[in-house]
Amino acid sequence: MQDIIDQLNQKRRAAQLGGGQNRIDKQHAKGRLTARERIDLVVDRDSFEEWDMFVEHRSTDFGMADNRIPGDGVVTGYGTIHGRLVFIFSQDFTVYGGSLSEAHAEKIGKIMDQAMKVGAPVIGINDSGGARIQEGVASLAGYADIFQRNVMASGVIPQISLIMGPCAGGAVYSPAITDFIFMVRDSSYMFVTGPDVAKTVTHEEVSADQLGGATAHTETSGVADGAFENDIEGCLMLRSFIDFLPANNQSPLPVRPSGDPRDRIEPALDTLVPTDPNQPYDIKELIHKTVDEEYFFELKPDHARNIVTGFARMEGRTVGIVANQPMVLAGCLDIQSSIKAARFVRFCDAFGIPVITFVDVPGFMPGTAQEHGGIIKHGAKLLYAYAEATIPKVTIITRKAYGGAYDVMSSKHLRGDVNLAWPSAEIAVMGAKGAVEIIFRAQLNDAEKIKEKTTQYSDKFANPFVAASRGFIDDVIMPRTTRYRVCRALEMLAKKKLDNPWRKHGNIPL
Amino acid sequence: MFSKILIANRGEIACRVIRTAKQMGIKTVAVFSDADRHALHVRMADEAVHIGPAPAADSYLVIEAILLACHSSGAEAIHPGYGFLSEDSKFCERLSDAGIKFIGPGTDAIGAMGDKITSKMIARNAGVNVIPGFDDVIESPDHAVELAQQIGYPVMLKPTAAGGGKGMRLAYSDEECKDGFIRSASEAQTYFGDDRVFVEKYIENPRHIEVQILGDTTGNIVHLGERECSLQRRHQKVIEEAPSPFLNDQTRKDITDQAVTLARAVDYVSAGTVEFVVDDAQNFYFLEMNTRLQVEHPVTEFVSGIDLVNCMIRVAADQPLGFDQSQISMSGWAVEARIYAEDPARNFLPSTGRLTRCRPPVESQFVRVDTGVDEGGEVSIHYDPMIAKLIVHQDTRDDALTLLAQSLDEYQISGVTTNIPFLQALVRDPIVAAGEMHTRYIEAKYPNGYDCEQEEGRFIETGAMIATIAHYMIEQQSESLGDGRHAEQWRTPVDWIVISDREKFDFSIEQTASGHQISTKEGICQSFTHSWQPDQRLFYFTIDDSKQQCAQITRSGMSYRLEIFGVRRYFKVLTPTAGKYNQYMQVKKSADVSPFLKSPMPGRLQELRVSEGQTVKSGETVAIVEAMKMENALQAERDGTVVEILATVGDSLAADQPILKFEQ
Repeated sequence: MQDIIDQLNQKRRAAQLGGGQNRIDKQHAKGRLTARERIDLVVDRDSFEEWDMFVEHRSTDFGMADNRIPGDGVVTGYGTIHGRLVFIFSQDFTVYGGSLSEAHAEKIGKIMDQAMKVGAPVIGINDSGGARIQEGVASLAGYADIFQRNVMASGVIPQISLIMGPCAGGAVYSPAITDFIFMVRDSSYMFVTGPDVAKTVTHEEVSADQLGGATAHTETSGVADGAFENDIEGCLMLRSFIDFLPANNQSPLPVRPSGDPRDRIEPALDTLVPTDPNQPYDIKELIHKTVDEEYFFELKPDHARNIVTGFARMEGRTVGIVANQPMVLAGCLDIQSSIKAARFVRFCDAFGIPVITFVDVPGFMPGTAQEHGGIIKHGAKLLYAYAEATIPKVTIITRKAYGGAYDVMSSKHLRGDVNLAWPSAEIAVMGAKGAVEIIFRAQLNDAEKIKEKTTQYSDKFANPFVAASRGFIDDVIMPRTTRYRVCRALEMLAKKKLDNPWRKHGNIPL
Repeated sequence: MFSKILIANRGEIACRVIRTAKQMGIKTVAVFSDADRHALHVRMADEAVHIGPAPAADSYLVIEAILLACHSSGAEAIHPGYGFLSEDSKFCERLSDAGIKFIGPGTDAIGAMGDKITSKMIARNAGVNVIPGFDDVIESPDHAVELAQQIGYPVMLKPTAAGGGKGMRLAYSDEECKDGFIRSASEAQTYFGDDRVFVEKYIENPRHIEVQILGDTTGNIVHLGERECSLQRRHQKVIEEAPSPFLNDQTRKDITDQAVTLARAVDYVSAGTVEFVVDDAQNFYFLEMNTRLQVEHPVTEFVSGIDLVNCMIRVAADQPLGFDQSQISMSGWAVEARIYAEDPARNFLPSTGRLTRCRPPVESQFVRVDTGVDEGGEVSIHYDPMIAKLIVHQDTRDDALTLLAQSLDEYQISGVTTNIPFLQALVRDPIVAAGEMHTRYIEAKYPNGYDCEQEEGRFIETGAMIATIAHYMIEQQSESLGDGRHAEQWRTPVDWIVISDREKFDFSIEQTASGHQISTKEGICQSFTHSWQPDQRLFYFTIDDSKQQCAQITRSGMSYRLEIFGVRRYFKVLTPTAGKYNQYMQVKKSADVSPFLKSPMPGRLQELRVSEGQTVKSGETVAIVEAMKMENALQAERDGTVVEILATVGDSLAADQPILKFEQ
């Protein structure tokens, strides 16, 4: 018996060292933490239960038979974050470069299956050189097994990926399916084909960081939802982030007490919208002043900045925020911003998180780049997402709500529950100047006349009253009272029940 | 008495005049430019008249527009505030022609005192001490040098036309004198439309002490004691107080006597200020007389108990002051700090923008806040960047400085960068506390401005402790998230490592009945009594049994921004595990310096000193941008060659607009 216990302790120690002290030191020298250190930071202290520490690969080719490290390059198990259950896997770069073997994939699959059974989020920490080439197709099968589970879990339990090293080739498609991807600046990258292949095939010279680093994916591609400065910040911010999410699609929203009064008045909001309709302002000021403790966890802050998305709390309960940003491209909708917001709204809908939409949208972005890029299809995604959503939807129009973009942005017509407007709201087919130039095309030479008609049009439509008279707007509110009015609306909607007709699934324009 | 007056000004001084007029039962008319449509002074007044576009030259300085506003509103008198038309004798003449009363001195006094050379001759003839210097206009750079050599360096070159420090240039050598003369004349032309410049002896370690005068139409002239305004930066007053901590009783008597003598010499009516420069040996010399209400008048109002605006209005309505010198008594000590939208860390560059937060300390009989903007308001590029004046009154100077420090600690402003951290440091400065400052003290002590993020201080540890308390409480909010099963195991940790970019602390926290107790690894225990909640920015606390103090805390991402007593830090509060792993994290190198020289703020390109292909040294002035009535010299950040000029002189520049490009 004592032999067995000694052997167990020995194996444990070996497993805990992963690829050995030498490799651990190398990992540290690169400014990165090890798989176990990362888990240490993500979960509550002493809460981690590790599974499959003794799993080893079954490969015998290319000398692998004599090269077995317990755990096989991934640490898996469960633990808690602020007392809430989460499942976690963390790839260990010190063991075979974190490469994915059949056994490695099985370990990940095992905790995903368990997470589905008990309804808890899965956190994946990716730091892997790719497939275990020595294993060949067995390793590819492992990837596909994980993809399938990612898809089955989508919309059932939250899945979050932290990219903390390389994530290349087929490996990228597991994080791609998960709900959120966070990266670490300067030490992580993701791409389907790497710089070497790019160079061979297209003669393009590009570094790994330029091709798929945190900047590439948080600014240009929009693949990642955020980037952190280093491993510690990534792991700790993930703890704050997961506090917003329910455990699964059936469980109630997490409640975190807040002393922030619901009737907090913000007088400065009365002057947020400038007098000049073409002058921008920062919609984030409104978001910060509306939500609890001014704490807003923004997602994709550097991508498609003409729309703002992220999580916050109202009276302690999670809400999703979508807002046009007049500071960037006048807040218009384009391909990227439509996709960004659509996916966010669908996540909120899947997990029962109410969405607050702040609207100041002059319309869709014109031009061949947009039309040929498929703005029709991509814009429809956001429309589709809002229309199918059955969660509580509260909309505040701060200024422009023009044309089709007005309809899209959680309008009453797309089953918006509470639609409010500030006195500065202008709900119209288009701006007064453009409208008059069309209606009075024949008199375009008569500057006086056009000016007069523009004033007339503006007087008639550059206000919230026409929409309010039809009931498209439930009320016109003073900007300073926005927080209170939204709190009241959410309170009223707490027990909202709305079902869409049965179907296998809808056919969102992809 | 008037039934309605117009205030030909904006900002805090317009609001301040309206406040007194309301108390007197007089209706008020505000005037406003396009930029001020929603300004506080417009909202405070009984009625408001639009007078033109945003630039002051097209609105607040347009006499016709002001007159028109007066006629249309039926105002009987005009209070000019300070600046703008307040010392414009033409304006006074036009008002008098139109039968409108000017709430201020007579046209003759304004004319006589408005000219620096005339005013000195009057002063000298009246027996007032005058500084050694030349009282004639300089004809050329060489002439300036010749005169300077006669007087002896250092000398000061000053525009004849106006004050406020604009256009003044100090010279220690012939070369500086020539250059200073040219610049002074050019600025004088720009600001005052008058390029005349004179030169005078420059006194080292001078103090700026001024005497408040009040006169009425019956010939009663009194003084309300002195103010010391020695804390200045580039001739702009920063902190003012009454009385002066420097003057002895004899000098105080002499200086106020001379001020009254001068006022009598010009039959002065209304409020005015006689400014003196005082040297180490209590010798004082007349500088100039300001024929208007001064920015810093509230300190005098606090110590004298007399409302100067009230007196000005009554005197303008031909009422007597109603008191003589013997009935005036001074009590206690008042100190004023001017809060500006400017960045002390970037050589006090003006900052503009929307005040997303603007919450002054609570006013009381001891704390007064004179401001012209409120939360949601705008600091515009068109006008002076002063946000507010914070004035306190206590029995002693020490108590007044303490109260001012506390009130500054509580002043919350977001949206623009302000000089509050600098003021917080200044009122705690030992030299200031000892009353030993002079007008060049700020430049000597803070030659590179003041960067609250670089400053060290013993209170940084206190700040780190506050960050720990905040983080602990925010973490505790998450304790209730769990479903109960797992939550049993989860309690917020009590050991924390607090790091900033240069400090590291090791703390342990414990909740107490009245707040929290923090212990350090060295075994030191500090007990914080507080009732802070995570939605609050002000963190009031008392440590052990000391006096209540206040820090400001805001959360951004993982960091807590802590502002305490004029020092700012971004703290991360980590578990011991994270603290241990932090040793492996790499310090990221900051991005390369941009090859572009950018305009630091919106303004106008006034001068370009380089051309394409020219090589410059780091620190060399390459361009001058004029913004908010100030010239701002832009220096090269490194040695290099200019490869491209991207703007031309006279261009309007947006913030961060590239002016020229250096070789990569």
